[in-house]
Amino acid sequence: MDLHFLDAVPDDTEREAVDSVLGPPESGWDGGLRQASDLRFAEGGHAARGRRDLLLPALHAVNDRVGWISPAALDYICRRLTVPPAEAYGVASFYAMFALKERPRRVVHVCTDIACAARGSDSLCAAMTERVGPPGTGDGDLVWHESPCLGMCERAPAALSLEAGDPPRYAVAAPARPGDLVTGAGSPPGTGAPHPAAESAPAAPAEAAPASPNGSGPHPGTGSPNGHRPRRTTTFSPDTLPGPAPEPPPAAAVPQAGDPGLVLLRRIGVVDPESLDDYRANGGYAALRAALAMGPSAVIREVTDSGLVGRGGAAFPTGRKWEGTARRPETPRYVVCNADESEPGTFKDRVLMEGDPFAVIEALTIAGYANGAAQGYLYIRGEYPRALSRLENAIAKARGRNLLGRDILGSGFDFDIEIRRGAGAYICGEETAIFNSIEGLRGEPRSKPPFPVERGLFGRPTAINNVETLANVLPIMLMGGPAYAAIGTGRSTGPKLFCVSGAVPRPGVFEVPFGATLRELLELAGLGADAPAPRAVLLGGAAGGFVRGDELDIPLTFEGAREAGATLGSGVVLVLDDSVDLGAILVRIAAFFRDESCGQCVPCRVGTVRQEEALLRLSRGTGTRRTDLALLREVGQAMRDASICGLGQTAWNAVESAIDRLGVFGPDDHPTLKEAR
Amino acid sequence: MSTPVTLSPPRRLVDVTVDGREVRVPEGATILEACEALGTEVPTLCYGDTLTPRNACRVCVVEVEGARTLVPACSRKVEESMAVKTDSERVRHSRKMVLELLGSSVDLSTTPNVPEWMDRYEARPERFGPRAEPAPLGERDARHAGEHEPGDGAVAATVEQPAKVDNDLYVRDYGKCIMCYKCVDACGEQWQNTFAIGIAGRGFDARVSTEHDLALPDSACVYCGNCIEVCPTGALSFRTEYEMRAEGTWDEDRQTRTTTVCTYCGVGCNVTLHVQDNEIVKVTSPHDNPVTHGNLCIKGRFGFQHVQHRRQD
Repeated sequence: MDLHFLDAVPDDTEREAVDSVLGPPESGWDGGLRQASDLRFAEGGHAARGRRDLLLPALHAVNDRVGWISPAALDYICRRLTVPPAEAYGVASFYAMFALKERPRRVVHVCTDIACAARGSDSLCAAMTERVGPPGTGDGDLVWHESPCLGMCERAPAALSLEAGDPPRYAVAAPARPGDLVTGAGSPPGTGAPHPAAESAPAAPAEAAPASPNGSGPHPGTGSPNGHRPRRTTTFSPDTLPGPAPEPPPAAAVPQAGDPGLVLLRRIGVVDPESLDDYRANGGYAALRAALAMGPSAVIREVTDSGLVGRGGAAFPTGRKWEGTARRPETPRYVVCNADESEPGTFKDRVLMEGDPFAVIEALTIAGYANGAAQGYLYIRGEYPRALSRLENAIAKARGRNLLGRDILGSGFDFDIEIRRGAGAYICGEETAIFNSIEGLRGEPRSKPPFPVERGLFGRPTAINNVETLANVLPIMLMGGPAYAAIGTGRSTGPKLFCVSGAVPRPGVFEVPFGATLRELLELAGLGADAPAPRAVLLGGAAGGFVRGDELDIPLTFEGAREAGATLGSGVVLVLDDSVDLGAILVRIAAFFRDESCGQCVPCRVGTVRQEEALLRLSRGTGTRRTDLALLREVGQAMRDASICGLGQTAWNAVESAIDRLGVFGPDDHPTLKEAR
Repeated sequence: MSTPVTLSPPRRLVDVTVDGREVRVPEGATILEACEALGTEVPTLCYGDTLTPRNACRVCVVEVEGARTLVPACSRKVEESMAVKTDSERVRHSRKMVLELLGSSVDLSTTPNVPEWMDRYEARPERFGPRAEPAPLGERDARHAGEHEPGDGAVAATVEQPAKVDNDLYVRDYGKCIMCYKCVDACGEQWQNTFAIGIAGRGFDARVSTEHDLALPDSACVYCGNCIEVCPTGALSFRTEYEMRAEGTWDEDRQTRTTTVCTYCGVGCNVTLHVQDNEIVKVTSPHDNPVTHGNLCIKGRFGFQHVQHRRQD
């Protein structure tokens, strides 16, 4: 491959940022100084391209340090990894959090998604426009953008500030006031409120040291097969940006915290999420010991017997997925934890990762053991800096105690985990898009078949599970599959997390056994029995659907929801009262899908645009209602039938339910496809 | 001397049904191939006979019994006893919508077969309202992922923008681009290994682009023109063709095609000369040729002016 590079020269900061991820260059062939000896050999080809998966970490390194990715920096990354610049540009421009044009170091993301829109993000945006300028512009110190769901719906409206630097800093404001977002820009590091994490474990260098310098891990001294090792234990500075009030602890999002009856949320607010000792004192790593004692096939049998199905939205049986992967003859096999929780209204995985990070690591280790994988990847969305820090800390500490690495607990099982950070793309939560994103390609979904169990990450058999799904594996190991299956209902077994937000007194993550009704859940969230029925509840997120306030007796099980023509999806329960403009919410949902479509297939790429346009006309009363409703139905049907992946296939669900169940745009006479033509 | 024939191991045959008619095709064949074996016509846009299917356009979708969604015929492999419907109500509806969505957002005026398909599936792209003004040159290339101007729904957004004319050999008219990915694949690892272009941005703002939207002469482009060869819509075209179309002198009915051997080197590539009024107007290469598979280099593709260089005295 004879690649063509620019002649732009990166500055020292950019070079250092890239080298901190990739290590120093070895020769003139990979971006180092050209020496006479370089003329006597040629380097490139498969070995060099084999590090393509470090493209995303390298882009992050520059964006984190400088605030944007200059042509020279991109060019240097391409030389280091033997990636064609046009392809790397395509990858960098795919993600919303990367900038390819110079911008201020501080970027404020103001969430305008459904839950925040219902809680007044409009006025926040108006205030930002007044003080700083329209979105995308800055006053030199900071720039702000409207953002899709930041996953802090329980304390909407939310905003996230990120400041480039070494290390980068962040701050979360939720509920946010305009003043929180503009103060303190450009202030030196260390002047802000201490990060809550910093109090309990200030960097902990001793425990966080590499597991063993001489390669007692599966990949000597590294976290990754290709030599990737972050410089620091945590990416972000433990000192948060000054301005907003300190972020409340994760338990603040769990109104039931401390309830002894909890299974998945049992440790949240009880253990120190930074302390491995505390985790072990509260039952941590007992599940891994149990799994190692019973052997991989018995682990899979227990998971199969438990009836556990995926909690990410698709509800596929986890045991079958693991069995399919473990049975494949090809090696290596991989396990991937999907922590790219980006569904508007969903924040349960964030709470699990922030409040009980070791549990996620332990469960992924068990998944690796059961599937015969030596390497696991945890793909976390870029909008979750605190969850990222907690997981990075947990992995470093687990390595330090031989709970990751070679010969875990003397069992002969080798396993390590690498965290990969997304950069602002909802589509990367699609299971095959995650693989492309990790591999350093654009986060476009792949056609299925082949399914991940056959050909997943790096073309190898891969078991990919959502965070909440993995969290269920721990109690299954401890209580056994059949006992777990006794919780819940016949086909929907176990406990289930729901993210309740919107017009309820006590929003947050709730754990209930499958089978509770929507009304019971809302009562837990403080909606009294004598409270007026809400106008509508969005169930399952933007890819789910609305139900009316008089349909609260829907049982929260997969089959119950399906019978009622709804879906549990990712566990979103967003309550909307009469104060909300439903038309505007639908336009926001349409705008979300338009922004987040990867653009690969026509039904989704253009269909989401046409859907938004028709909803704009309907909500503003321009255009012809009957025609626009017919257009929506026709476009929606084609998106559902002919899109490549779930994003396009579900982009019409919520809008359709709002038209059919809520009658948002008045009664509709359901023209059939023939009539509409 | 005859062309060497590669022998592949014998393949099992599988029985499938297409619109109720049974057909036996080799294992590993696609639904499209099964349809072709029966003479059932399936429209395709992004499918390329020399490239791995990307199944991005979705105009070839068919209904497979038991499948939740429609499947792309061009890339889905047949399975034993698969029952396929190529003309059901669902299939016709999706094809119609894909044509309408494309027709309303892209300039399809130079895409072959589209008028006939629009007619067959009763597609009316104008239903989505008047077309938005074309974007100024370079504006679409500067869009940031995950953001867009909301608008008011009065006009239908399009990808139209002025053509990029930055070299003497060929023109990129991305207002005609349906994002089939074929040029990217042909430029990249499937044929040319030059990697001058990639897909940038995402969603409706996704576009074929060089790095940082550089002009072609500053990019890695080697002007092989293999991207023009595979472009299904005329978004990529010879400078000659582009200018003749602008003048209104392009007339395919008056053109002859002559396939001959390229004289520049000894490889023996076949070139097809398209001649109008005794002038070579463009050069293609037969896709079924075992030497080129439709690919050429800059000389074979563009080095034809000397042939028609006549003394002006």
